[in-house]
Amino acid sequence: MISRLALARVLLAFILLNVGGCAQLPIEPWVKPYERQNLADPIMQTNRHPIANMHVAHVYEARESSRGSDGTGGGGCGCN
Amino acid sequence: MALMERVEVDVAVIKSAILISQRLLLVSTLLPLFLHHSIQAAVLATDRVDVLYHSYDGGGMKIDGPAVLLRKKATESVAISAYYYVDTISSASVDVLSTASPYSEERQEGQLGVEYLHDKTIMALSVKQSDEDDYLSNSVNFNISHDTFGDLTNLSLGFAYSDNDIMRNGDDLFQEHSQQYRIRAGISQILTKNLSINLNVESVADEGYLNNPYRTVRYLDASIPSGVGYQSEVYPNTRNSFSTKLSASYYLPYRAALFLHYRYFTDSWQIDASDVELSYRHPIAKSVELEFKVRYYQQTQASFYSDLFPHQNAQNFMARDKELSDFNDLTLGVGVTYLIPQKYAISDWRSEISLQWDHITFNYNNFRDPTADAALGEEPLYGFSTDVIRAFISVYF
Repeated sequence: MISRLALARVLLAFILLNVGGCAQLPIEPWVKPYERQNLADPIMQTNRHPIANMHVAHVYEARESSRGSDGTGGGGCGCN
Repeated sequence: MALMERVEVDVAVIKSAILISQRLLLVSTLLPLFLHHSIQAAVLATDRVDVLYHSYDGGGMKIDGPAVLLRKKATESVAISAYYYVDTISSASVDVLSTASPYSEERQEGQLGVEYLHDKTIMALSVKQSDEDDYLSNSVNFNISHDTFGDLTNLSLGFAYSDNDIMRNGDDLFQEHSQQYRIRAGISQILTKNLSINLNVESVADEGYLNNPYRTVRYLDASIPSGVGYQSEVYPNTRNSFSTKLSASYYLPYRAALFLHYRYFTDSWQIDASDVELSYRHPIAKSVELEFKVRYYQQTQASFYSDLFPHQNAQNFMARDKELSDFNDLTLGVGVTYLIPQKYAISDWRSEISLQWDHITFNYNNFRDPTADAALGEEPLYGFSTDVIRAFISVYF
């Protein structure tokens, strides 16, 4: 826990310094809009089948202790 | 003793709150860093309706039912969504067979949502209700996401609150309550013209009655002929968890997609879990898409879990819920989507039909099969496999 807190503080200090000191970042967006046709292809959508993804998340949340970061909102699981 | 437990619980809640606020601060600090790079506007997702049949069969449980999801733009900046889902459950699982009778029940879930797009920011608010004979859950969920840095970066924040009423069938006097708070943040980044990555974190805090009201623990009892006694599970009344998920999506040069996900989970019940998933999507000609998936999950057991306690009331908190034990599972999945040719389409709407099949194998490392014919505490370790099927039609209109 202590190491996590320390890490968070270091990161926070780093970001605050960046915000203050580098308001004008020299980095420009390096992938131009016209270069994004591959990423925009429907086969690249992680949420290509949202109704199926919601069911997958529900099955895992009912059978496993892990939860969160899966894009669903939580609630009753029908798994008593 | 009770005071000490309360203090420990309070300390855990405070630590969790500090962690959440620190992570929120990190993300909210990052947000203005990218704001001045905006170039292009975000858009709301396409109008669509999905109708699904789902089925789960394994470990003595059969669950199936329909689901419907509708998304429709009211204007260019407002979209509404509705979701309805039914689980029809008939259970004779190992937990039920050891101490209770098989049962059947139904769960219905309804969700309504609204999304609002302003420039490059999308705000989404949804309410949800899940209703069973013995469980009623009401939730509200809010998300905000923002495209920035020439739309190479998307930042998101979300909150959810659930209020749950827990009943027990056959016991009208039993009425318990729990609440859940969720807070999450995410960053999505395009790295190259073929690769994008996502980092999501989410903290979940529960308080109230977190037990399963039907499940029991077993303990050694020399005073009865069977040598084993049963008593209700006792869980702590708080649980705080934190998960981190890293995902990558990669476009392969021959038009196929590769996805990799890794998630790490930890909670105040001392459960550590991780899962890794690799999936591959491959189109064939213009009308078929194949999908293959492999996923591995493993977790450690809760600090108060035991397969067999040494005596009655052996600990303050006790569980023998296999979902809280040490186990792993492996999913092998395959899916196919068929894009219905335009000549068969209704009103020229693009339509697809999909079938997905997942085979999941569970191996428990400290949960023994109490229905097996063996000496107490020496039964074989439990394991089962299940088939999960989804068949659905998607219409874009």
